[in-house]
Amino acid sequence: MKVIVPVKRVIDYNVKVRVKTDGTGVDLANVKMSMNPFDEIAVEEAIRLREAGKVEEVVAVSIGVKQAQETLRTALAMGADRAILVVAADDVHTDIEPLAVAKILAAIVKDENPDLVICGKQAIDNDMNATGQMLSALLGWSQATFASEVNLEGDSAVVTREVDGGLQTIKVKTPTIISVDLRLNEPRYATLPNIMKAKKKPLEEKTAADYGVDVAPRLTVVSTSEPEARQAGIIVGSVDELIEKLKEAGAV
Amino acid sequence: MAVLLLAEVTDGALAVDATAKAVTAATALGDVTVLCAGASAKAAADEAAKIDGVAKVLCAEDAALSHRLAEPTADLIVSLAGDYSHIVAPGTTDAKNIMPRVAALLDVMVISEVTGIVDADTYQRPIYAGNAIQTVKSGDATKVMTIRTAGFDAAGMGGSASVETIGAATDPALSEWVEDKVAESDRPELTSAGVVVSGGRGVGSEEDFALIEKLADKLGAAVGASRAAVDSGYAPNDWQVGQTGKVVAPDLYVAVGISGAIQHLAGMKDSKIIVAINKDEEAPIFQVADFGLVADLFEAVPELTEKL
Repeated sequence: MKVIVPVKRVIDYNVKVRVKTDGTGVDLANVKMSMNPFDEIAVEEAIRLREAGKVEEVVAVSIGVKQAQETLRTALAMGADRAILVVAADDVHTDIEPLAVAKILAAIVKDENPDLVICGKQAIDNDMNATGQMLSALLGWSQATFASEVNLEGDSAVVTREVDGGLQTIKVKTPTIISVDLRLNEPRYATLPNIMKAKKKPLEEKTAADYGVDVAPRLTVVSTSEPEARQAGIIVGSVDELIEKLKEAGAV
Repeated sequence: MAVLLLAEVTDGALAVDATAKAVTAATALGDVTVLCAGASAKAAADEAAKIDGVAKVLCAEDAALSHRLAEPTADLIVSLAGDYSHIVAPGTTDAKNIMPRVAALLDVMVISEVTGIVDADTYQRPIYAGNAIQTVKSGDATKVMTIRTAGFDAAGMGGSASVETIGAATDPALSEWVEDKVAESDRPELTSAGVVVSGGRGVGSEEDFALIEKLADKLGAAVGASRAAVDSGYAPNDWQVGQTGKVVAPDLYVAVGISGAIQHLAGMKDSKIIVAINKDEEAPIFQVADFGLVADLFEAVPELTEKL
């Protein structure tokens, strides 16, 4: 079985983002970028499935600027077999929308014919939580979102999902799209020898036009602003003072 | 303009708070028709008809819609979509599962977690874990979106809309439900609670999490947790507050033993009053707290519980 894992290059999750003063977006110049944390979990799961003998090949795919090849090299160093980079933007500030990403991925799926796509449940930059579901819709496949446990059984997958009230287990027919949640696994670190080996693994470079997909945004960004700042608070000296303040504020 | 709103229905019961908050947002866009779908949805439909501002309720009862699996539910919504300019749902895990599928089937973008409606085409939504607010204008024919319910007040329950029974769309039979593991809880539901008490890594163990629960019970509060507390097994995952868990905006949020990482703040920084109890005076949580107490939680929390 072949697995495709889409990975996204995003601002590192520890970086405190700065909104540009002219309201045009978030400043990504000279900011540390990394693989989206959910995508690391997706790569890890794909590699574990291969190590368990259930998967033969893991193909990592990234869509965006040329520099996304660093993210693909990271996936290759973790253990992916080969990578496809789809260049669809010239500027790091251009975020290709989930609908366009899903269309490009759908075209790649038709070329590559995988049995499974494992993706992160959301990217920590646009917080959309949509690409996996959209890809599933475009392909007419089943979907299993927010997975915290994945078991492949013949022509189906039994997936436990993190839902609002607790956990839900569903059985989906393959081919399928699985989007992963935080608790699915603990991603491995790439070792130095594997980082060196990853440089020799195949990385194919394509463009959005190769797949005939229009990446023009459907949602025009009018402005980007700072969230409202909170009023500075006070430090109280004791539990009694805390209760007194809460009573004054009418909170208890 | 007409709005189709997917009601949040769980095991035949309407999640009134989430649905009523989404109705408030949707009434700004046009006449609201609420869709209640499930294996049993009649009681939920009758309840939804009482929400102020609802013009009509559609009730789709079918075994295929049981547990609202994404594929049949999305097909049902798409089959109705022609009559509506906007398709809206509260931003629950159910809706996040279904709505992007609906949008792609209609070849439109989805607008996730809307916090503000500027006009019928223009919306505000948080990005980068709530560290920036983006205003977007949609050029799509149909607007498909989820509503961040914490940002809207619940509509009242004085309405009397008509209820119409409809059939399900065909079942693509791509998936089936196996089982639910529902976390038992007598406390208020986390996303709609007026008071939330949350514990983090500082609580130290599952046993000591009882301290947090006692304080919560005293305040009639829901219990939340940071990712660290959930990953360490102190609390179940559906208690997680943050970018990847639940987003809450109660009147009072008490953070105990939580440092205040970006990802946690994303889920609670719109709370009206934030109280932080932490022994580390440098903890980032104190930068957003209205009232901070630098103290050992094992002394401060029992004292607070007793004196309240």
